[in-house]
Amino acid sequence: MMNVDYKVIVGLEIHVQLATLTKMFCGCELIFAAEPNSRVCPVCLGLPGSLPVMNKQAVEFAILTAGALNCKVAEFTKWDRKSYYYPDLPKNYQISQYDLPIGSNGFIEIPLQDGKIKKIRIRRVHLEEDAGKNIHTESIFSQVDLNRAGTPLLEIVTEPDINIAEEVRLLAVELQRIVRFLGISEADMQKGHMRFEPNVNLHIKKDNAEYKTPITEIKNLNSFKALEKSVAFETKRQLDEFLEDGTVLQSGNKKTFGWDDIREATVLQREKEEAHDYRYFPDPDLVPVVVSRKWLNEINAGLCELPLKMQSRFVTDYGLNDYDAGVLTADKATAMFFDNAVKAGGDAKRVCNLITQTGLKIANEKSCTISELGISPHRLAELAKMVEAGLISATASVTIFEKMMQDKSSPQQIADNLHLLQKSDEGELEKIIDEVITANPQAVEDAKSGGKKSKKAHGFLMGQVMQKTKGTANPQVVAKILNSKLKGS
Amino acid sequence: MSNDILKLTCRELRDSIAKGEVKSSEAVSSVFAQIEKYDVSIGAFLSIFKQDALKRAKEIDGKIAKGKPVGALAGVPIAVKDNMCTTFGTTTCASKILENFRSPYNATVIEKLLAADAVIIGKTNLDEFAMGSSTENSGLKKTVNPWDKSRVPGGSSGGSAAAVAAKMCFAALGSDTGGSIRQPASFCGVAGLKPTYGRVSRYGLVAYGSSLDQIGPLTTDVADNALLLSVISGHDEKDSTSVDEKMAPVYDFSAKIDEPLKKLKIAVVPQLFEGADSEVVNAVKDAIEVYKKLAAEIIEIKMPHFEYAIAAYYLIATAEASSNLARFDGVHYGHRTKNPADYIEVYSKSRNEAFGQEVKRRIMLGTYALSSGYYDAYYLKALKVRNLIRGDFTAAFQKADCIIMPTSPTTAFKIGEKTADPLQMYLSDVYTIAVNLSGVPAISIPCGFDKNNLPVGLQIIASTFQEEKLLRIAKMFENHTDFHKRRPEL
Repeated sequence: MMNVDYKVIVGLEIHVQLATLTKMFCGCELIFAAEPNSRVCPVCLGLPGSLPVMNKQAVEFAILTAGALNCKVAEFTKWDRKSYYYPDLPKNYQISQYDLPIGSNGFIEIPLQDGKIKKIRIRRVHLEEDAGKNIHTESIFSQVDLNRAGTPLLEIVTEPDINIAEEVRLLAVELQRIVRFLGISEADMQKGHMRFEPNVNLHIKKDNAEYKTPITEIKNLNSFKALEKSVAFETKRQLDEFLEDGTVLQSGNKKTFGWDDIREATVLQREKEEAHDYRYFPDPDLVPVVVSRKWLNEINAGLCELPLKMQSRFVTDYGLNDYDAGVLTADKATAMFFDNAVKAGGDAKRVCNLITQTGLKIANEKSCTISELGISPHRLAELAKMVEAGLISATASVTIFEKMMQDKSSPQQIADNLHLLQKSDEGELEKIIDEVITANPQAVEDAKSGGKKSKKAHGFLMGQVMQKTKGTANPQVVAKILNSKLKGS
Repeated sequence: MSNDILKLTCRELRDSIAKGEVKSSEAVSSVFAQIEKYDVSIGAFLSIFKQDALKRAKEIDGKIAKGKPVGALAGVPIAVKDNMCTTFGTTTCASKILENFRSPYNATVIEKLLAADAVIIGKTNLDEFAMGSSTENSGLKKTVNPWDKSRVPGGSSGGSAAAVAAKMCFAALGSDTGGSIRQPASFCGVAGLKPTYGRVSRYGLVAYGSSLDQIGPLTTDVADNALLLSVISGHDEKDSTSVDEKMAPVYDFSAKIDEPLKKLKIAVVPQLFEGADSEVVNAVKDAIEVYKKLAAEIIEIKMPHFEYAIAAYYLIATAEASSNLARFDGVHYGHRTKNPADYIEVYSKSRNEAFGQEVKRRIMLGTYALSSGYYDAYYLKALKVRNLIRGDFTAAFQKADCIIMPTSPTTAFKIGEKTADPLQMYLSDVYTIAVNLSGVPAISIPCGFDKNNLPVGLQIIASTFQEEKLLRIAKMFENHTDFHKRRPEL
């Protein structure tokens, strides 16, 4: 390869489907995969004479998110019509926001792999209605399903501050975590709740001059993996193309590529970005939105501690490692559950293990959150305390955890009923250990020898003690006594 | 008997029906007899609902016979302009593109009429999508003026005005974007009110210029107008631009209709008399004399931005229309071209085939006004002019209770007289358009006749949500004149 130095420049346009009960401008329910055209009314069908009425919840969600993304929230905003003809757009205009977006000039912080945090600037956050879906059939006709038409979408546009393909994925993951924490979106990529469209180009230094490659917009990305791979692929493709024919950025040579998930390659969709004139103008059917200080305060009362902040608090205050803190703050229910259990007195590391190794596995199997398993954070703290005090074994803690999902009595009570409490009484254990030592002279001999056989013999003796106590002996206490006996005699 | 019924006002008919003196079914039959006799030549109706209307009239008669409570328009036959959605019949907007369109829902005003026990007897002709001043732009039918069948009824609510003037209904609803209720009311010699923007719900009114459109009543007299307005007014949660009733309370606007206003102050704008026909000017000046005799004080004012109203209107209304009418594309409903080559042709050919000349002209004008590079010079400038015009009205209403001027510079013109020159046609709305731009209410009532025995309209304009005052001022004139009692010979 020739000696060229280049920088990747990526900006993202993101659409987030809001988790409101009804559509943006009518009362139709939002249901995934409903029978085509079964969730429609005169308004979202764009029938003659129908008028839109703003969904206040959607606006509140948008304001909440704009705040979480450190944006300036508009005190006065309005709705604009964006005109273009397409069969999935029944009015042939989309109600959107043009020059007065709900949020502007913000930023999102994303955790990088090396533990550092990067700020990506947010240009704007605005609300709009989604279009329907065209379904292309074998016949010469296409079909239109308007169930999705009018779904509230939050459009988030970043500045081109991303310079590595991996950062695109990290931003997406972080944004997903934020919107889920805020409860404004289910943010399920597979269901199209979050759609990312990266705009990519390169700034190339060659022969003491800088060249910019034509900007590419990538569409149809339905996973975080595809997002990262597509940007990496585009980087290489643009570099190759530049080295081959020297094409540089010009007005009107923006191209649209689709992502082919099977070939793992971008595929050209539109050669030239047509000079779209959307003829934006204020929608006369809707009144402007005034965001009063009072209303803003009410909305911001729903602004919770954001995941990244929580994650670093778990590291600094609770001594967790960054990985565990990341797993616990992947969703709000888990993070809150953990935080409350620790606040109820549970040892952070023990609570973390109970959640990540047992709780999340079960919750995942049941497709619910950890807080829906029937165990309160307070009870989980009690369980963690028992593990910490050596009252039960790690194995027993799993059994007790499972029992606690149905049984509302304390973990102590459950452990008692199931005979899972460990014997830690040194006097009692010493008696049993003495019996084992007397009964197995050869093993004792081997254990003392310090040779190859020592470790195995030691394990055998431990096992004998556990067998006699039916597994209830505290292994740490047994080991301690056994060691001193073997040394001393 | 049937002829006597037709002489009644809405209020008289309603009261007679309530007392059992007249049956609603008789009133409905009389109206259909009139339609069958005269609408062949007048052409006011695009559709009539004879069977359904009679059935409904009998139901209301039944209710009254049983002594059950009934609404404010119980049994009264009413017509509505065919740009208001009804679940019964079609809603065509007099356009080929919606010729067979059936709405799955009723406009809010239709629901309100039905709730008041009115009997909707048919839907009236209009300029296609309410774009026009003569009803000649109807894509479906020709309507003539009942006073002179060689002349236009005005427009765009020409069908509604002609139907009321020819007694083919007791009252009608129209819509007014730039004068479309008042100008045909003036041409047909009836009372037509454009309420304050936001007073009446627009839900179910097929939009032309959304920030200007307003539904209002056309009636034979002012008191009937007040009655109809009371029925159709009010906040509608389905229309975000309809006004909160705390700000604009709705009550029976006809209750105090006969109480004259004391210390009435009327503003006139001398500059505006210049462009009108002398016979129109004289009739309006005579009307001013009537008010003087009623002890009104007349003051002269200037409205410096009034003359820019037409220019601003034809940018704002067409810009909104270009967007509002984008949905008529042959994809989801309405006319679709046969054998399109691709989906682009579904749009271009369907629209080209089914929209009329004037609609296409306005869509193109509006599209141009909103286009990148022209937006600031045209649309934005027009909005600024609109604000200045609002300012003119605000200033006027600080000095006077109302403004009086002609409704139209001429009386009804000949069919075909202005169709070749759209600009001439646009000028016939010179007095009405500024009212829509500023949102205030205005009424047109008959105030005289020209040498051809054609009615002249007097326009009275009041401040925002002052409909009650406006109607009382109009009623003062009516109480001292009899122009409203004259009926055309059919």
